[in-house]
Amino acid sequence: MTKRNCLVTGVVLALSLVAYQWAPTSPTVVKAAGKILINGAGATFPYPIYSKWFDEYHKSHPDIEFNYQSIGSGGGIRQLLAGTVDFGASDGPMTDEQLAQSKVKVLHFPTVLGADVPAYNLPGVSQELKFTPEALAGIYLGTIKKWNDGQLAKANPGVKLPDSDIVVVHRSDGSGTTYVWTDYLSKISPEWKSQVGKAVSVSWPVGLGGKGNEGVAGLVQQTPYSIGYVELIYVIQNKMAYGLVKNSAGAFVKASVASVTAAAAGAAKSMPDDFRVSITNAPGKDAYPISSFTWLLIPSTISDSAKRTAITGVLKWMLTDGQKMTEALAYAPLPPAVVKKETQAIAQIH
Amino acid sequence: MEGTADLLEPGLHESSKPAFLSRLRSGDEAAHLITLIFAASILLIAAWLVFELFDSSVEARHKFGWAFFFTSKWNPVSGQFGALPFIYGTVVTSAVALLLSVPLGVGAAIFLSELAPPRISDALTFIIELLAAVPSVIYGVVAMFALVPLLRDPIQPFLNRTLGFLPIFQGPSYGVGFLAAGLILAIMVVPFIISISRESLLAVPNEQREGALAVGATRWESTWQVVVPYARLGIIGSIFLALARALGETMAVTMVIGNTPHILTSLFATGYTIPAVIANEFTEATEDIHLSALVELGLVLFLLTIVINGLARLMVLATTRRGTTQS
Repeated sequence: MTKRNCLVTGVVLALSLVAYQWAPTSPTVVKAAGKILINGAGATFPYPIYSKWFDEYHKSHPDIEFNYQSIGSGGGIRQLLAGTVDFGASDGPMTDEQLAQSKVKVLHFPTVLGADVPAYNLPGVSQELKFTPEALAGIYLGTIKKWNDGQLAKANPGVKLPDSDIVVVHRSDGSGTTYVWTDYLSKISPEWKSQVGKAVSVSWPVGLGGKGNEGVAGLVQQTPYSIGYVELIYVIQNKMAYGLVKNSAGAFVKASVASVTAAAAGAAKSMPDDFRVSITNAPGKDAYPISSFTWLLIPSTISDSAKRTAITGVLKWMLTDGQKMTEALAYAPLPPAVVKKETQAIAQIH
Repeated sequence: MEGTADLLEPGLHESSKPAFLSRLRSGDEAAHLITLIFAASILLIAAWLVFELFDSSVEARHKFGWAFFFTSKWNPVSGQFGALPFIYGTVVTSAVALLLSVPLGVGAAIFLSELAPPRISDALTFIIELLAAVPSVIYGVVAMFALVPLLRDPIQPFLNRTLGFLPIFQGPSYGVGFLAAGLILAIMVVPFIISISRESLLAVPNEQREGALAVGATRWESTWQVVVPYARLGIIGSIFLALARALGETMAVTMVIGNTPHILTSLFATGYTIPAVIANEFTEATEDIHLSALVELGLVLFLLTIVINGLARLMVLATTRRGTTQS
């Protein structure tokens, strides 16, 4: 009996503690009817900036709460189509087939930009390597097998390239990073386009698969004479060495927040109205060629008016004040031309 | 005791048979019923699992049919899916893991139960059981940063120099691959084998040991010819559990296997397993046929586990019969 008494006392104590903890927030709980919860799901790549944005926006708008699940772009699209979330998020635009499956029209809103960079591990080479599109395609197709191949030597005069086999590393998990990389290779290499194609997971002609950016980076750092593609944010945060890539204007450009935004600016002139555009191999001499938008996917019809106001409000804020927070997290901000066009498109949500 | 009485109260009102009532009171019938429900629920869960996998993979099953088991193309872009490289990778890594962990685990269990002083045995067992609780992602990280570099150089080049005439020790040494995955799996399953085998060895009655010693057997002869055969079923059970874990292990394997769906005989080569490809591609599978093929892989893994377990059980049955007729 004493044991039971102890237990009861313990439970009561725990409950009162919980009640005490919650007490300060109880006024807002009472106001729950006026609270708006916005559910979203999708891409993992923009998750850090989205959670920062939603957190900041919630601070200035305490009545709006966000719940973003970074379950992957594919999952985000699925949940949006199933109608279980208020918005989706994807690193690749939805296909025409996917849009046709949707009961309501889905709008794409680019939010930030990312890029893929070639990271490599070449013992004895301290200079930054330059990669032509042909060289990258050749390496990933398996036609360029050695580091001292003519294609690489020509682009890197003065660099003593070793006579070693290239160990190619790619992502093994389905990922927007892979989508951007294969989208780029498909644009610059007809062989790649016909043999492999573009997708979040592809059938790789050569190479080892690492799981996640950290898996690819880990394999590259450990394996001498290897090359792998990694997200720009990841290499900036981990201070890894990476190569320059020749863009469509013929200039070798190093990926950076500025050169990625430049790619979006270059593509802005030919931006379609639905924003479903690939900006790999974009025009402009400063543009980094392996860049991409990431998108929010929002239904054009939101019947709940309070929710609609909240979503359009946060969207406007992301495109203006929110953009100022991107660089601190190593995301490239949208160029002004794109922001302007998107601000107009918000009116389509009704 | 109070708890069981509470549980039985609703039954009291419904039943009118005094005999049943008294049996209910004493708890036998209730215990029978409750444990039966628990046992049935396991079957139900398994059946439900198979049904779900079967139902969600309908598209892939219709499109590829039995060819799914025998083709090696896995191309999400063109929508071509075949399971063979994944089946191969799953079987090879599990086989390597068992080949390494069974002798090690059973040997260690014999030492701990039969030969080691009890205090050392208890301390070591405690540490081994701790190892079983380490999450697999931790093993994966350790494998990636410690095991893989060691395998790349010097272990795999050494194997190639000394045993390179065998096809399984040929080819370039990346570090990641079947051998790395098999090794980390062996490390992960060995605590299960040691822990359960030791328990079953300890459960062997002392009379068995004394009897063997009395007829003039040495300590080792008594252990190997009497105690180990007596504990055989427990030891085999531990190996089954280890096999199940090796077949289903996802995280640690995908971190070190290289994730390439091809079939190469060398253990140095990279490969892929069924759980690894599901974990890798499931979240971003946007096409229906891709998702369906991944679910079908889940079904294949389920079947593979049943087939391998069945075969192993048959083997056990055969050896047990032979063992009994000989002795």
